[in-house]
Amino acid sequence: MNWVTNNLETILSALGWHVALSVPAIVAALLCAIPLGWLAHRLPRYSGPIITGSGLLFAIPSLPLLILLPVITGAGMRDGINVVIALTLYGIALLVRSVADGFNSISSETRLAATALGYSGGRRFLTVELPLAAPIILTGLRVVTASTIALCTVGAVLGIPSLGTLFTDGFQRQILAEIITGIVLTLGLAGLFDGLLVVLGKMLMPWQKQVA
Amino acid sequence: MISFESVTKTYPGPRRSAADVVAVHDTSFNVDTGTITVLAGSSGCGKTTLLRMVNRMVAPTSGRVQINGDDIAHMNPVQLRRKIGYVMQHAGLLPHKTVAENIAVVPRLNGATRAEAKRSVDRMLEMVELSADMADRYPAELSGGQAQRVGVARALADEPRILLMDEPFGAVDPLVRTGLQQQLIDIQHELGTTMLFVTHDMSEALRLGHEIILLAKQGRIMQQDSPTRLVEQPANAFVENFLGLNAAEKALRTRTTADGRTMVVDAHGRPAGFLEQA
Ligand SMILES: Nc1ncnc2c1ncn2[C@@H]1O[C@H](COP(=O)(O)OP(=O)(O)O)[C@@H](O)[C@H]1O
Ligand SMILES: [Mg+2]
Repeated sequence: MNWVTNNLETILSALGWHVALSVPAIVAALLCAIPLGWLAHRLPRYSGPIITGSGLLFAIPSLPLLILLPVITGAGMRDGINVVIALTLYGIALLVRSVADGFNSISSETRLAATALGYSGGRRFLTVELPLAAPIILTGLRVVTASTIALCTVGAVLGIPSLGTLFTDGFQRQILAEIITGIVLTLGLAGLFDGLLVVLGKMLMPWQKQVA
Repeated sequence: MISFESVTKTYPGPRRSAADVVAVHDTSFNVDTGTITVLAGSSGCGKTTLLRMVNRMVAPTSGRVQINGDDIAHMNPVQLRRKIGYVMQHAGLLPHKTVAENIAVVPRLNGATRAEAKRSVDRMLEMVELSADMADRYPAELSGGQAQRVGVARALADEPRILLMDEPFGAVDPLVRTGLQQQLIDIQHELGTTMLFVTHDMSEALRLGHEIILLAKQGRIMQQDSPTRLVEQPANAFVENFLGLNAAEKALRTRTTADGRTMVVDAHGRPAGFLEQA
């Protein structure tokens, strides 16, 4: 406990970095996965390649990716952008299938009704299809959030700050309290974000009786 | 007036090698403005296909559909649909919108303000006799009959001149169905909407239609007439059959009950009602 009170600033900075790296990655993964998943839904012939292809991104080992990315992006090895990009790729890998499943779950009757009512393409996508696909997308997004917050720690190995830094630093300096703090905060953050998503889901999807 | 002029619709066969499916073949008829015209016929005879040609959800392979002399093929389909009400079998309510939001869809798409749409919603709920506290329910919280009422209310909310209905009462229980049918007759009387109503149930057709078009496979018209004339003068055996008028099947007999009343029974001896003195 002593270590915690004496190093609050370090801890808060690590926490801040962790949030600053993982939130943009989660949002970016969602924004990329929606069009990809929608394409997989609209083009059944290509849905296999799109879903499997994006899913394979998850098989890329994280450390080599983090070393390779700076070469591609031109950003410095310790630039947080590399972690954000890597986490976004992993997020896309996990989310495309959920998005496709979400759009596929909309009944043909509902689609017909929307057409008959006179929805135009764009409006129908935004106000009918996307909301109806949202519960399944949210389920995927919760997995992505947990996974992103866990994976975000990897950057610490290369010196990119996050809660993982408490972990690596604690190992190097043999401070057990620091290691435990890093683990507890990572788990806590994942739990907090998950809770927020559940609450957000209940607010945005009141027609859903259980978004458990 | 809605006029179908030699419309044909073929769908590609289920497999590449299979022959094309002819859903409707060279069908022509008119629907008079301000009346209920019923398209009746067995499942698969092309009723839905014909109905959906009116709001361009189905494009005829050949032939054309005109509304008041204008070929709808030249109209913007989205705009056209916003001017034509459509009710489907299971109501087709949007599951993520409340009753009020569902009813408000077309007025809002047509540019009504929230306040204007709210007025339409209140008026429509009253017209289909749903209490105002239904407004905030979601479709999943409605009975089949209530959902259909909302479906009708939604279709009529922006006062379309044309209403298309595809077996709208097919999935509700008989008692509720009779109520919904009567309500529809009243609404049509009040608004003067031109209605094209699809059913496979002949008693429903006879009850609702000013004009009935009885279809055989591929939308072939077997008879187009008023309900009375259809029953009095069936054009052929197909019509007689569909009306269930053939032979002994339809014969009714009377029987005196224990309390001295005269009961009418059908060919199988099942009670059909009591005979009353005129
Ligand atoms: N989208 C479609 N693709 C292929 N065949 C279809 C399609 N829609 C309808 N059909 C076929 O066209 C015929 C008429 O269908 P439909 O108009 O739905 O009949 P009804 O409404 O009278 O039951 C049926 O044989 C049906 O199988
Ligand atoms: Mg049909």
